[in-house]
Amino acid sequence: MSLKKKISMTVNGQLVNAEIESRKHLVDFLREDLHLKGPHLGCEQGACGACTVKVDGQIIRGCLFLAVQANGKVVETVEGLTKNGVLADLQESFLRHNAMQCGFCSSGMLLAAAELIEKQPKATREQVREWISGNYCRCTGYHSIVDAIVAVLDTRAKGQTNKPVVAHA
Amino acid sequence: MKSAAFDYVKPKVLQEALSLLEQGGDDARLIAGGQTLLATLNMRLSEPSVLIDITDLKELQGITVVGDQLRIGALVTHTEIEDSELVAKHAPLLKAAAPHIAHRAIRNLGTWGGSLAYGDPAAEWPACSLTLQATMIIHGPAGERRISAKDFFIDLYTTSLEPDEILVATEIPLANKQEVFYFHELARRHGDYAVAGLAAVAQKQDDVLNHCAFTFFSIGATPVMATKAQDLVNGQKLNDELIAKAVATARDEIEAIADITNSAEAKQHLIGVLLERGLKQMVA
Ligand SMILES: Cc1cc2nc3c(=O)[nH]c(=O)nc-3n(C[C@H](O)[C@H](O)[C@H](O)COP(=O)(O)OP(=O)(O)OC[C@H]3O[C@@H](n4cnc5c(N)ncnc54)[C@H](O)[C@@H]3O)c2cc1C
Ligand code: FES
Ligand code: FES
Repeated sequence: MSLKKKISMTVNGQLVNAEIESRKHLVDFLREDLHLKGPHLGCEQGACGACTVKVDGQIIRGCLFLAVQANGKVVETVEGLTKNGVLADLQESFLRHNAMQCGFCSSGMLLAAAELIEKQPKATREQVREWISGNYCRCTGYHSIVDAIVAVLDTRAKGQTNKPVVAHA
Repeated sequence: MKSAAFDYVKPKVLQEALSLLEQGGDDARLIAGGQTLLATLNMRLSEPSVLIDITDLKELQGITVVGDQLRIGALVTHTEIEDSELVAKHAPLLKAAAPHIAHRAIRNLGTWGGSLAYGDPAAEWPACSLTLQATMIIHGPAGERRISAKDFFIDLYTTSLEPDEILVATEIPLANKQEVFYFHELARRHGDYAVAGLAAVAQKQDDVLNHCAFTFFSIGATPVMATKAQDLVNGQKLNDELIAKAVATARDEIEAIADITNSAEAKQHLIGVLLERGLKQMVA
């Protein structure tokens, strides 16, 4: 019986092969073995959402998912989603509304918010609050985070996109 | 915290999973969504030596209508239930309850079967399965057996599942046109476990409710039905007087148990608050 397993998965568009311990959860694998530091670890109990990543197109808690479970699957982190522009208007909006302070929760917040915008494009402010209550912001920036997400819902509903605020910086 | 070391296997068919479970004995643990199991392993509350990942097993997947029953595979996730049109049509109580389970990232992985097998008295699915008279379909070394939800939840985190058995699916009678339901939970924050909750269904004709099923959760060691209150309401014209009687009866027949933050008295009170709101909404 070997406790190490050979796995292969696609991470941010690239095929990755590795040999890892079964007990290693996905975010430890991403951070330690692949040096992707976007997904963070807070509680490792599923409560805080700092570890949020996407697997096969859905957000999950990276601390409650083993790297071996991701064998054969497609994994996306904030790094990959930043590069391909999926999060661009949300990121713009977070900047515009000053929705991050230390930034520790931001990668999880962005991924959770992106899934809300995709699944519930007509979400109300109240529904935005409910949805992101699964992600802890230790700097307690909720008000501006909600503002930022609502602004993206509004502009998308009008068929527009936010103009970059940092283009000239 | 990190979990202790363990081995991991992913069988392709049910029979293989059953033999692995038998071989593994006490040291083996099934993993479905892992949303409860991995949290307990991370905290080292449990140290199994092998995890058997059942997520490839076809028999445990999918939502289908089989005759007059809605069959929900054990591996169906909370999100799939939340988004399913079949569920919305044939078991609307489940659709209403799903968004109350944790948050989307957890609902995307956590499963119907995992929740039922874990038997948490504060969880939504055990209570809903009791209310909807679900039948649990279980496979073990001796083949298939079926057991009603009523006989499935035995005690705190204890079901009638044997350690060498796998919950494969459940069947729920399809809702008909007269069916009305009420689902509500009082929680400190959306997504948290309820302080107290009620999953109720009935057949409505004008202002009369029949075949009432009222199940409270986060109240006792298992989900609990208010059978006396149900009998009192069944077939009677529902007015303020009857509602008050039903509330008093439910408070009387159920003995609430305190949790870390809420006293038994508070929960006892909430039983009545929930039932009153539920009856008024169902008859409205
Ligand atoms: C932060 C957080 C908040 C949560 N909030 C809620 C909530 O509000 N309400 C709620 O109901 N739940 C909540 N949960 C739990 C979540 O819904 C779980 O997904 C669910 O209880 C267990 O399902 P699972 O598929 O993840 O099971 P797993 O964690 O994989 O397994 C749980 C147990 O069931 C056994 N098991 C799993 N599948 C089967 C099967 N088919 N046959 C036999 N045994 C099986 C496993 O061996 C294990 O012992 C929360 C979890 C977290 C981390
Ligand atoms: S680290 Fe995963 S939810 Fe907190
Ligand atoms: S910005 Fe610091 S934790 Fe949210």
